[in-house]
Amino acid sequence: MGENVHFFLQLLVTGLVIGSIYALVALGFVLIYKATSILNFAQGELLMLGAYVCLALVVDYRIPFVAAFLMTLVFSLLLGLLLERVILRPMIGEPIISVIMLTIGLSSVLKAVVQATWGTSTRVFPQIFPQEPLNFGGIVVSQVYIWSLGLALLLLIVFSLFFKYSRAGIAMRATADDQQAAQSMGIGVKKVFAMSWAIAAIVSAIGGVLIGNINGINNSLSFIGLKVFPCVILGGLDSIIGAVIGGLIVGVLENLSGGYLDNFFGGGVKEVAPFIVLVIILMIKPYGLFGKIDIERV
Amino acid sequence: MPCGLFHSTYERDEKIFQTKWVKAWLGAFLIFLFAFPFLFDDYLIYNANIIGIFLIGALGLNILTGFTGQISLGHGAFMGVGAYVSGYISTTLGLTFWVALPIAGFFTAAVGMIFGIPSLRLRGLYLAIATLAAQFVIDFIIIHLRPITGGSQGLMVNAPSCFGYVFDTDRRFYFIVLILVIAGVCFARNLFRTKTGRAFIAIRDRYLSAEMMGINLFKYRIISFGISSFYVGIAGALWAHYLTIITPDHFTINISIQYLAMIIIGGLGSILGSIYGTIFMILLPEVLRALSEIVKDSLPYFTFIVEALREGVFGLVIIIFLIFEPDGLAERWRTIRSYWKLWPFSY
Repeated sequence: MGENVHFFLQLLVTGLVIGSIYALVALGFVLIYKATSILNFAQGELLMLGAYVCLALVVDYRIPFVAAFLMTLVFSLLLGLLLERVILRPMIGEPIISVIMLTIGLSSVLKAVVQATWGTSTRVFPQIFPQEPLNFGGIVVSQVYIWSLGLALLLLIVFSLFFKYSRAGIAMRATADDQQAAQSMGIGVKKVFAMSWAIAAIVSAIGGVLIGNINGINNSLSFIGLKVFPCVILGGLDSIIGAVIGGLIVGVLENLSGGYLDNFFGGGVKEVAPFIVLVIILMIKPYGLFGKIDIERV
Repeated sequence: MPCGLFHSTYERDEKIFQTKWVKAWLGAFLIFLFAFPFLFDDYLIYNANIIGIFLIGALGLNILTGFTGQISLGHGAFMGVGAYVSGYISTTLGLTFWVALPIAGFFTAAVGMIFGIPSLRLRGLYLAIATLAAQFVIDFIIIHLRPITGGSQGLMVNAPSCFGYVFDTDRRFYFIVLILVIAGVCFARNLFRTKTGRAFIAIRDRYLSAEMMGINLFKYRIISFGISSFYVGIAGALWAHYLTIITPDHFTINISIQYLAMIIIGGLGSILGSIYGTIFMILLPEVLRALSEIVKDSLPYFTFIVEALREGVFGLVIIIFLIFEPDGLAERWRTIRSYWKLWPFSY
């Protein structure tokens, strides 16, 4: 196999893995947006907090990884419920910009909590997945990547099924579609709001733990929260399947552009490429690939 | 004692100075502002300068977000555009500050208008994300356009001078800032008495109705982006010449967020609100720093935590404000004033 093809495939695989994590976080983001029409700027901080909690449980309290992981999920669930009840519910009916600002404020509070509790230095998870990389016909992939990709895909499938078949999932979709109609059908809209925040916190925490296992965790982890915007815009802000596909595309795209263009521009292309794509998409297809076009009637 | 103002003509209602008292108080306040640098020490004057510079930017953002209803998360980067253009023109090209300042304003206005083009098709949240992209793209350009911006090492900028008189101290610079702030406030206040300003407000309130009444949405949205970016470009240029060294770190998304916090805490769609909000947001970290110094002295063990929590308090204040005071400081000020006007016979 040629050197170039090899390089390309390596970037592609890394991109898919990172992309699947983006997809998870984007899923949480879209969920909140669909149910409550809130843009959540604190998504990255939820991710970071989840990763740190799991790390603290594993390293400081010596709890086995699987148990620690489940405890992290419970923690995220409670955190999501708490945030929705205490902070977001009073804001129902306020202008969009105030709600956006609220989540920005929330993000800096969460960041401060993480900094005050765990400090600012980078920490790494102990070896959880086997170190030995797998070899697929010349492409070397470490096992943690495979696990991440697998777990992310599994979760995405679980959530799609949840929205399609379970009562709660259907209630959430109904609320997203038309709050008033849902309410008159006996769906507790407040319960749906709480549930969407809880699920968003959980999927973010899972994303955080996965990415923590790949790269280690530090305070800049929350930047992923901003990376989610290109993913969701690409897929359409209110489409769950769009979020997944958008996440994968952005992951691949940023790795390819970083791999090929960094030499020309002297670094940093990886961070900015998704946003350039975002602007282009907004110009030609403002509602993304799968987004619902908003037709306004007087 | 009148128990209220009752206007019988439209002209009377549109007047900026509603009563003689307002005019008198404002005059007294202006005299105080001009006397300010002779009354207080350098630390206070420094803070006043920063407040003035950011006030110009906050006014700009309020024109766009508060009055036209277009959310921008890119004003930190636009401020950087103004700063670097002015720095490049005055330092590398050697032109005087007084030429560089307006050029920086107009250049930033042009950049803002380019990034405002998506507003033709995008609204609300989508536009907010588009301007977020503007923030990152401009950041990237600033870091990588090394011949002009000096990259991440930053750019040295001269202090402004006028016939050999150099405005290089806090006290001297104060007067440049003050005059520009007064000009900016007057322009903004009068803007909303013109056709353009009223069109902005109509677009914010109900853009479909505005369009039906013959307002060209695209044109006025772009104009709003232009005026807003002009303000923030001027603010950036001033900041550059005040700091005399600028780096990409000065113009990150945090500045954009801070601007938004200023106008939301102060009051969206209110000139007075921009002023209150800016003063609040600039002085809050100073107060927190002073408090953390006290805590540091009494509890040296917690220094590190206190440092981290300062950022958190910033977020917490925003959250508390939004939940308990969603209309901003300007609205609170109005209710307090109307309460005392009829005290003790308020209803």
